[in-house]
Amino acid sequence: MILGPEALQRLIEVLALEYRVIGPTVADGAVVLRDLASADDLPTGWIDEQDGGHYRLQRDESAGPFDHVVGPHSLKNFLFPPREPIARFERVEGVWEECAPAAPERPLAVIGMRGCDLAALAIQDRVFLRGDSGEGEAIDPAYQRRRNGLFLVAVDCRRAAATCFCHSTGSGPAACSASAGRQADLALVDLGPGPADGVAPCAGPRRYECRIGSERGAAVIDAIAADLPLRPSPPEDVAAAERVPVDLERAMWARERSDGGPGRSLDMENIRDLLYSNLEHPRWLEVADRCLSCTNCTLVCPTCFCASVTEVADLSGDAVTRERHWASCFSLDHARMHGTSVRHTTASRYRQWLTHKLGGWIDQFGTSGCTGCGRCITWCPVGIDLTAEVAAIRETPAPSTGPTP
Amino acid sequence: MNPSPLTTRRPGPTTLSADPWQTHAGSIVAIRDETPGVRSYDLSIVDAAVRARYAFAPGQFNMLYLPGIGEAAISISSDPATPQLLTHTVRAVGNVTDALAKLVVGDRIFLRGPYGKPWPLGDLAGGDLIFVAGGLGLASQRAAILDVARHRDRFGRVTILHGAKTPSGLLYPSEYAAWREAGIDVDCTVDAPEAGWTGSVGLVTDLLAQLPLEPGRSGLLCCGPDPMMAGVATGAAKRGLGPEAVWMSLERNMSCAVGQCGLCQFGPFFVCLDGPVFRYDRIEKLLGVRCL
Repeated sequence: MILGPEALQRLIEVLALEYRVIGPTVADGAVVLRDLASADDLPTGWIDEQDGGHYRLQRDESAGPFDHVVGPHSLKNFLFPPREPIARFERVEGVWEECAPAAPERPLAVIGMRGCDLAALAIQDRVFLRGDSGEGEAIDPAYQRRRNGLFLVAVDCRRAAATCFCHSTGSGPAACSASAGRQADLALVDLGPGPADGVAPCAGPRRYECRIGSERGAAVIDAIAADLPLRPSPPEDVAAAERVPVDLERAMWARERSDGGPGRSLDMENIRDLLYSNLEHPRWLEVADRCLSCTNCTLVCPTCFCASVTEVADLSGDAVTRERHWASCFSLDHARMHGTSVRHTTASRYRQWLTHKLGGWIDQFGTSGCTGCGRCITWCPVGIDLTAEVAAIRETPAPSTGPTP
Repeated sequence: MNPSPLTTRRPGPTTLSADPWQTHAGSIVAIRDETPGVRSYDLSIVDAAVRARYAFAPGQFNMLYLPGIGEAAISISSDPATPQLLTHTVRAVGNVTDALAKLVVGDRIFLRGPYGKPWPLGDLAGGDLIFVAGGLGLASQRAAILDVARHRDRFGRVTILHGAKTPSGLLYPSEYAAWREAGIDVDCTVDAPEAGWTGSVGLVTDLLAQLPLEPGRSGLLCCGPDPMMAGVATGAAKRGLGPEAVWMSLERNMSCAVGQCGLCQFGPFFVCLDGPVFRYDRIEKLLGVRCL
């Protein structure tokens, strides 16, 4: 199925009938995820330049609406929001009672999700819907409700930022991958301005190859087709769309740093045991000299799930909302016990983050917690690069002292 | 419904509710002063249907909640055969526990649970048991002790080694006679004796060093401050009890209690799910790492 610009606009309108429609847009100097009113809100004509501690939007008249990479937001901001009520209590005639849960909100449709975004979603599913492990069968009901209602429109990346390393973590760049469990209701590939009939290769309107991934996706396409004639994709367009992630992945493996070294990648080989057998590695102290413990990496990480609960009382004191908000292992409060913090050094907190993300996560959820999206590198004020930290430990590992936990 | 005795089954964290955050109102039936600053609260779940299906295993904990104040993870210290009445022994040391100390009989406490891995009593049946408790650590073992006393014939020798800073810090002293009556040895020691104290002075590890034991058939269950437990594990090793024969109950910052908030992590473990009771060989290397 080929969609043109009008069909992209219709897609947003059709989705808005049933969903709160979220997608990328330019705000505060970055591409963020916000409510979309129309396709005009998409960041057409903008690309992002990213590197360690560096993010700049640049005007590029040839850029389509999805030629940016990833910004500071992710699906996490919507499925596991930064603050949300988890329970409410009221005191009536001196007796406290727990109130019924709040009414569910409008379901979400999110447009423009990439391979790393879908990989992050699959990882958060394991955290909040851990129903299949048979061990802790806890399911977060609010997450589950939003997840079940979620309509996903995936888009294949056509470029990678210098901070991207999804090719090495198996989480991209292809948006959808049945074998990796990355699925969407609709998946778009920007084929650039058309038509591809050989007459005027770059003069026509932008075209998107669209694949349908679910019955809900098919119903949305049917609704668009009721107003707009949609034509099936010619074989050359299907082939061109399939080449987009393949070519990008090849380019990511081949890219070089400015000094001629290999581009960013993360060697996942035996990474859990590597980190757990190096808990006293001097590199933790070295990175702590640079780390500001600012929590930015955990806030922008699409999989970090730590949270704590605050009691929010109204002025009467007779109504209390229990509010869950994102927590960070970089804060002293995270491991607070008996009035002090178990992890009172920056080195111990950075170690907690990295060993959990790349090691403990595997014990806990059967998957690494890293999607190679590179957000933690971009948004670190001092540009700390986890791929470099792992490489440094890999270069000079401690002598093995027996089995890791 | 009573739990199957001496079970190692861990009722799931959602035993009582599909929503892990949903609490159940409990009414305070009795309050007892224990040691200075420490009280026991007997709770009865208000909803009869919930009360009837609540079951726990010794070593598990509940999250106790006071609206507007917050939640705290507290071991269940009562007999698992009578889960209609739940005892929690609490030291007033923080926000929630200070507020608990102001409550009176008839007041409400909200709870959710039970959570966590219990003491492995089922696996240890047929052998000798050594409970080692420092101070309030005995609160996490009382349910197991009552369970063992009820099924005393399933174990060989059973010993409690309990240490406290002072004699008035020894927990549950009025119950030692009944435990001894049931065939359990109770041996106490204090760091600083007070007038009239005729018992041992020193550390629980000193008691352990003198205890007659058969390594091949003994399991040691330990609860207390981290340094004390590390000392006990070292002392146990000297007596031939390797790390696979030692269990300890850890304490960390807990919030959700179902492995979703990340606050209680200890290395790759969630203390709320994988613990609080760990076999020592699983955590030996981690306990030696500073600031983990």
